[in-house]
Amino acid sequence: MVDITPADAVPPAEVAEMELYHPHSWWTKYVFSQDAKVIAIQYSATATAIGLVALVLSWLMRLQLGFPGTFDFISPEAYYQFITMHGMIMVIYLLTALFLGGFGNYLIPLMVGARDMVFPYVNMLSYWIYLLAVLVLASSFFAPGGPTGAGWTLYPPQAIMTGTPGGQDWGIILMLVSLILFIIGFTMGGLNYVVTVLQARTRGMTLMRLPLTVWGIFTATVMALLAFPALFVACVMMLFDRALGTSFFMPAIVEMGEQLQHGGGSPILFQHLFWFFGHPEVYIVALPAFGIVSDLISTHARKNIFGYRMMVWAIVGIGALSFVVWAHHMYVSGMHPYFGFFFATTTLIIAVPTAIKVYNWVLTLWRGDIHLTVPMLFALAFIVTFVNGGLTGLFLGNVVVDVPLSDTMFVVAHFHMVMGVAPILVIFGAIYHWYPKVTGRMLNEAMGQFHFWVTFLGAYLIFFPMHYIGLMGVPRRYHELTATTVMTESAHDLNAFISIMAFIVGFAQIVFLFNLIWSIRHGREAGGNPWRATTLEWQTPETPPAHGNFGKELPIVYRWAYDYSVPGAKEDFIPQNMPGSFESSREPA
Amino acid sequence: MAIALVLVLVVVGSVLFHFLSPWWWTPIASNWDYIDNTIIITFWITGVVFAAVVLFMAYCVFRFRHREGNQAAYEPENKRLEWWLTIVTAIGVTAMLVPGLFVWNQFVSVPSDATVVEVVGQQWQWSFRLPGKDGKLGTSDTRNVSPENPLGVNASDANAQDDVVVEAADLHLPVGKPVKMLLRSIDVLHDFYVPEFRAKMDMIPGSVTYFWFTPTKTGTFQVLCAELCGQGHPLMNGVVMVDTPEDYLAWLGEQQTFAQLSAPQQVGSAE
Repeated sequence: MVDITPADAVPPAEVAEMELYHPHSWWTKYVFSQDAKVIAIQYSATATAIGLVALVLSWLMRLQLGFPGTFDFISPEAYYQFITMHGMIMVIYLLTALFLGGFGNYLIPLMVGARDMVFPYVNMLSYWIYLLAVLVLASSFFAPGGPTGAGWTLYPPQAIMTGTPGGQDWGIILMLVSLILFIIGFTMGGLNYVVTVLQARTRGMTLMRLPLTVWGIFTATVMALLAFPALFVACVMMLFDRALGTSFFMPAIVEMGEQLQHGGGSPILFQHLFWFFGHPEVYIVALPAFGIVSDLISTHARKNIFGYRMMVWAIVGIGALSFVVWAHHMYVSGMHPYFGFFFATTTLIIAVPTAIKVYNWVLTLWRGDIHLTVPMLFALAFIVTFVNGGLTGLFLGNVVVDVPLSDTMFVVAHFHMVMGVAPILVIFGAIYHWYPKVTGRMLNEAMGQFHFWVTFLGAYLIFFPMHYIGLMGVPRRYHELTATTVMTESAHDLNAFISIMAFIVGFAQIVFLFNLIWSIRHGREAGGNPWRATTLEWQTPETPPAHGNFGKELPIVYRWAYDYSVPGAKEDFIPQNMPGSFESSREPA
Repeated sequence: MAIALVLVLVVVGSVLFHFLSPWWWTPIASNWDYIDNTIIITFWITGVVFAAVVLFMAYCVFRFRHREGNQAAYEPENKRLEWWLTIVTAIGVTAMLVPGLFVWNQFVSVPSDATVVEVVGQQWQWSFRLPGKDGKLGTSDTRNVSPENPLGVNASDANAQDDVVVEAADLHLPVGKPVKMLLRSIDVLHDFYVPEFRAKMDMIPGSVTYFWFTPTKTGTFQVLCAELCGQGHPLMNGVVMVDTPEDYLAWLGEQQTFAQLSAPQQVGSAE
């Protein structure tokens, strides 16, 4: 029944074969490397290292919340410094950097069939500026007064006043400088990702044949290039307010009985700028996760992703809509109340394309041939946590429901579930999935299973009950919950339980890190394509792929990325670069 | 296989937790039971969707798990199904949004008979100001703040003289009368939040924000600050007592006006 007709005419190469920089020494090969794959590993390692700091900070916060008064060294100042650094590190320096700088660098050139990013030198600079940003941020732990404790949203005026840790010391300055550096570094990388996807795809790789991973990362990068400038100007202006005494965000203020030399500024302007960046940022993290998880589900269920075109348009639609929903973070900020009608409507509209994505993931499972590998388990867990967190977003997005819940633990539970746990589960799944390509060896399965079960169930047990503490009216960002009357005795017990779960889940991550290192030498040999996947990164002549990715000849793409279980085909997958067309293949075009 | 069972348990456990756990909102003490109703509607819709999606996944994982010789179906698209799901989702979203916007319209439309109370936040305490017999609050400005005039009331404004000033003490409100809370801060962002009233709003230095509600139960309620305002944030508690009309008038009679509070200085300067 195999029915292969000769390949259609292959479109000519649009881009000339690129000249690669060939490293001359160990330094230019492994340290100042211009190879996107090395840069990807540098990004990932740095992000993981600073992410571990944020993990430890979350333990310290949970110690205080679960067992108040027990740990003297966690003063209110220290507590606010912990939450601020935890939030900022996780959102920007871990998630954004890992998805775009890590997965983007590794996967984009390989998946689109390019030898490297189009601007390798700028790509290298992007990493080194990112590293500098991380070092500046980390240095604030050692600066006089310690890091800023303004909350990760850095709302003025308090962010630059004495009542806030680091406000009149070095903390806030180092934070703002670090963010500015991060944005500069990201822009260099981001331009690379966008231009590479648009200009350096191999022959036959039309946009509608791109794997959804590339669509997710590409769209997120375009969004980041548009959204980060808003944060950039907000940071520059606040830096001026703090260092030069300007009043962009500072109205007339009496601080502890003393008139400050500020006047005429608008604190709420900062919030608009921050969230004009901040809401797209949620999707900058989510869209790469959406894309990656689509490919994990499709590969491990041996079935084409359901509704590919709808999936692409949903990604693009969510990306566009996410620029007109930002003020749903500001329903109770005191902005004009009529904004509430507009932003609640746009916010609930965005639920529709998001729901379509969820349906298409579960419909991909329907009538599949589901291999319950570790990446697949993480993908399933992602759907559970993402659906849970997405649905509670419908509470907070619906303006009047947000009024009692805003600024409570409900919000903390919601955003951790939807943009903390869910994307991180995808990151884990993706690491189990692509580690064999990066190292040539499989991660240990038993450790992977342990890591999965503890992380998934533990994280769910942390954040699901936390919603109800918020529903009781317990505010977030309270160092002491004992002073609130809404916090009952039993809720304190629940809080202690949540803290214990947080320590357990954190411990499981140590097993994961051990697995990453142990398997480099001791993992099972993977071969070039252990998951029998269709996309180009699995078709490289060498594993791990050499500099230049594809040997002498770039691959030519003949089909979409999802020809799994094509009726009549010999194998249950047909690589994108396999010539010939199957009559039974129904690639959406 | 274990995962299919666990997915079912996640749904069952979440539903049981929702109905059986003792952690639920505080009894409401304002007119905003509309908000509670909207939350209940949202819980039902989202709960059904969550259970349906996860149980469907569990079924798929169980039914279509890999066994020797299995082959997945090949079905790239199904336009009909995709459109149906889109339309059903849009209906569900509308069912939450419409009541939400309806109630929001009430939330932002202050009744004309609402009395005005000003709340002033500062690190880390609450003060209040009520209009005097003229029913009008005098103007104010952060620039006027001084130890003698902690709320920055405009001393030359005739409307301000009979304003009742309650500095760093409890606020009393009469039960059953709508009240518009005018919110002001003299230093950083704060947020006036009483969980039992369900309403809250940020206070911004340099602006006056507001929300309104009608207290429906007498009693003592804790005021929380719900916007991070520095290291004293969790300790910025206050008290609102909702009184019967008689108790309220008795309390009001004991309070001092702005003119009375500033009187010693005026006497001093006259001499």
